[in-house]
Amino acid sequence: MKVLDRKKMIFVNSALLILLVLSAAACTLLGPVRIDLSEALKNLFSSTADAEILLRARLPRVLLGIAIGGGMAVCGVVLQALLGNPLACPQMLGVSGGASLGGILGLIFFPNWLLPLAGGRLGEISWIPLAAFLGALFSMVLVYRFSLFHGRLHPYHILLSGVILNSFIAAVIMFLNSIVDFYQAQGLLFWLMGSLSTRAYVTVGFIWSYILLGFLWLWSKALSLNLITLGEDAAMHLGVEPGALQRQVFIASSLMIGAMVSVSGMIGFVGLMVPHVMRLLIGSDHRLLLPASFLAGGIFLCWADTLARVLLAPAELPVGIVTAFFGGPFFLFLLYREGRRSLTL
Amino acid sequence: MNAIHAENLSFSYQDRPVLHGISLSVSCGEIVAILGPNGSGKTTLLKIFSGILRGEGELQLNNKNIEKYNRAELSRLFAVVQQEPRVNFPYSAAEIVLMGRASYHSPLALETRHDLEIARTSMDRTDSLDFANRYLHELSGGEKQRVMIARALAQEPEILLLDEPSAFLDLKHQIQVFELLLRLNRERGLTIVAALHDLNVAALFFPRLVLLCTGRIYRDGAPSDVLTEKTIQEVYGIRVRIEHDSATKKPQLFICPSLS
Repeated sequence: MKVLDRKKMIFVNSALLILLVLSAAACTLLGPVRIDLSEALKNLFSSTADAEILLRARLPRVLLGIAIGGGMAVCGVVLQALLGNPLACPQMLGVSGGASLGGILGLIFFPNWLLPLAGGRLGEISWIPLAAFLGALFSMVLVYRFSLFHGRLHPYHILLSGVILNSFIAAVIMFLNSIVDFYQAQGLLFWLMGSLSTRAYVTVGFIWSYILLGFLWLWSKALSLNLITLGEDAAMHLGVEPGALQRQVFIASSLMIGAMVSVSGMIGFVGLMVPHVMRLLIGSDHRLLLPASFLAGGIFLCWADTLARVLLAPAELPVGIVTAFFGGPFFLFLLYREGRRSLTL
Repeated sequence: MNAIHAENLSFSYQDRPVLHGISLSVSCGEIVAILGPNGSGKTTLLKIFSGILRGEGELQLNNKNIEKYNRAELSRLFAVVQQEPRVNFPYSAAEIVLMGRASYHSPLALETRHDLEIARTSMDRTDSLDFANRYLHELSGGEKQRVMIARALAQEPEILLLDEPSAFLDLKHQIQVFELLLRLNRERGLTIVAALHDLNVAALFFPRLVLLCTGRIYRDGAPSDVLTEKTIQEVYGIRVRIEHDSATKKPQLFICPSLS
């Protein structure tokens, strides 16, 4: 019987991990400015221009891209499993909209809301991820409440109310954008466009810790996620309490989405595409699917962001454009394939 | 000891009452068929037994109130074979069967050799080992159903609840499933409660039939007491002729169509 065993776990994860490290190295070296690697490495700790670009500009951005790509993919996996819908993703559930709104309210009302680390010596940490997390959680709770009838979650209601909430929130954000002053509006737009940009290592570490925390929490629920894909009744028969699982998954993924949206805006399609490809390649067992999707999402966004940096160099494309360029056609293909499959069943 | 002991059990979906004052005991090692027309409450009754729905009234499992069990304990006590298996993601049949072992190992651990062995014997028993590596959504309705029964067996339950287990099966696999149920019941003392539509099959394989009508127990007893021309007329509203099969001495129904 072909089932998940330790050999497959180790093989898939280490192969992807090696690929991720190679990608990270390659993407750090690629960019509009050519870097003399041997020069840079020789003077790694003295601040020559090459070393500066490598260590201060590119590396943190690549690390951030990996965390966000991985996080998006993991959120896609768990939301798809929970709703029993292979086409679910954070955008469709209104979660990303909620996170954006939370972040924007934070930016408007508490622009200087920074938490100094170690008395300011290590820099400051923005509260915006927290505001975005609260926004994400709020919209998820809202969508959940509107889709819960007599203790049962109705997947179609979730998707519908999520889409509606997302467009409603988009309108609210546009409204806010037109009443704030010009400079603030520009700042908001820049933030909303969603792109990776160079951040301080403190911020990168902070985002990584949010995402790792969420990921580990979700990974510990892998077996229950397997069971919930069979439907709530079947999951109950096999020992899962669906309500408790749903709440934990919603909180953990809101935490991740809030953190991601707060630094990069919503980068579309990673959370939809990566889980699908991984399911086709390695199967649907979440014990393997979750870490593998995290690694693959990291690899994907790492390269997408490098493309965004070099395609129109020295100008830079928002990475969302690159992911949408690949993701849009892929999504249509999926819809087409799902349609054909349900007809042949 | 009673595996299931229900007393005065009632249930309504919002304001639509489905079950009224059901009192029913199933002792350990018994094999019972629940019969009745569409909407008579068979599925609802099974859902209350397995803890999916909470009814009003008293329900004891192994002489312990159902409220005192948690979900994982219930999943080791009961296995349920549902009417329509729903799988939206690509899982192989073997993976589906192994999910029956979920409440036996820790949430992050992989299945042990013991789990694999149990999954293999369960699939062997239901004649589904041949397609263990195929995706469930590629299987035919009958093959799917056999995989689902294999999963239920892999749970190593004390009580097996089945809702229309033979709905998608051809004649051979229907008979195979019921013979398997009988064997499990005799050899391992598995308590079995199955909701069925096919009255003739029920009469052949089940020594005790419970006939539901609009949410109440209409008759409860041996096939020849429950399946009479009069009760069928009253419960189903159709005319039948009943003869006892000479070999098995079981009652069998012959439908007398009003147009012929």
